[in-house]
Amino acid sequence: MRVRAFAKRNIKELFRDPLTLFFGLGFPLVLLLMMTLIQRNIPVHIFELHTLAPGMALFGLTFMALFSGLLLAKDRSSAFLARLTASPMTASDFLLGYLLPLLPMAVGQSVICLGAAVALGLPLSWNLLAAVAALIPSALLFIALGLLCGTLFNDKQVGGMCGALLTNVTAFLAGIWFDLSLMGEGFKTFAYLLPFAHGADGARAALAGDWAALPGHLLWVSAWAAALMAVAVLLFRRRLAAP
Amino acid sequence: MNAIQILGLTKEYGGRRVVDALELSVPEGELFALLGVNGAGKSTTIKMLSCLTAPTRGDAELMGHSVRTDSRRAKEILAVSPQETAVAPNLTVRENLELMAGIYGRPMGRAEEVMARLGLEEWWKRWAKTLSGGWQRRLSIAMALVSQPEVLFLDEPTLGLDVLARRELWSVIRGLKGHTTIILTTHYLEEAESLADRIGIMNAGRLRAVGTAEELKALAGRDDFEDAFVVLAGGEAAS
Repeated sequence: MRVRAFAKRNIKELFRDPLTLFFGLGFPLVLLLMMTLIQRNIPVHIFELHTLAPGMALFGLTFMALFSGLLLAKDRSSAFLARLTASPMTASDFLLGYLLPLLPMAVGQSVICLGAAVALGLPLSWNLLAAVAALIPSALLFIALGLLCGTLFNDKQVGGMCGALLTNVTAFLAGIWFDLSLMGEGFKTFAYLLPFAHGADGARAALAGDWAALPGHLLWVSAWAAALMAVAVLLFRRRLAAP
Repeated sequence: MNAIQILGLTKEYGGRRVVDALELSVPEGELFALLGVNGAGKSTTIKMLSCLTAPTRGDAELMGHSVRTDSRRAKEILAVSPQETAVAPNLTVRENLELMAGIYGRPMGRAEEVMARLGLEEWWKRWAKTLSGGWQRRLSIAMALVSQPEVLFLDEPTLGLDVLARRELWSVIRGLKGHTTIILTTHYLEEAESLADRIGIMNAGRLRAVGTAEELKALAGRDDFEDAFVVLAGGEAAS
């Protein structure tokens, strides 16, 4: 009941902010369109829709970190969170309340991004649904990152870290619009220690029906997501108990 | 029965004692005002009583529930209206109240009741961020009342409001007296004098005096409450 009431409030807060909708849904679509146009004029393998669209769907999910981080940081900076902290809400209620509205939003965003790719020429297949499912661990990863940042930083810092830094880091380290091999083997190895490239490759593997490659990528991203969520929960509990 | 029983409540931050062995009993239904200059320890006391920060030593019981060992139950019967207006800005008046009803597991009809009681009905569709400061503060108090708290903490409820808005809120707070035990912190001495059944004066983390406004004036040997406060709060006596 508490989680439901709080999640409902968070859905309203998110959807009543027009910037949220523009950046969350519009920006990745604009990039997808631009890069598809580039591909049509100067053919590049990485800009082919079956490679680009899953990567762009992953890129869109970085905004989930921004949304979850900003929502939490703004609540923390106002007396609103103090009011709720004095209520029977527990740390788990809070984090589930932030997480639950963002997860369907992330799935919806992946559907819209891949749907736009179909409109641009990506063949329609059941594997599109598998790609959406394969992006769920990445959605959890970015939401956890946002909650972690929202717990530690104020809303301006979260805006900079999750809005500017994380989107760029993800774009570079996931190999969304360039091949990671171009930066050398050391960079590629480093990138594959992090979850972003696995997130993009997992969605690409699902779209291609490469089921053998899929579990490895999903496990890697899921492990990172679980670890980040655990750290976020731990720190959030400490913040709630702090004066 | 005492709604609040404070037993040697102490808070230290890095060895600095902010609240020092506070002892106090507040009977059910009383409006108790806590006065003090900045840094006297009022807000820290409220934070400990509302389970927002743990005491270093001592304890307090709200309707028999310890804030140290039974904070979960204590949180079910208390509500706070913080010093800053604590509303969800992008939610309407009604949605803010329904949110609090949902969190405390109360029926949604409570939102309607509280809106009517605090005269918020005509604003029910308005987003909280579009309300004036006075109406936001009224909504903030309404949000604390939705859960039908047995103990209500009002931290500087009229801070920054104009005289008319302040007087309107006073009448709202007066309407709560007798039904709910209220702890009110304020910088406005006339507010405490006008609303409170009893007043406690804090200074340097200690409760220096407790009594009705009249008792405190008699204790300080002053006819004016402000002069009495200055004497009891440890300042220079007014001439």
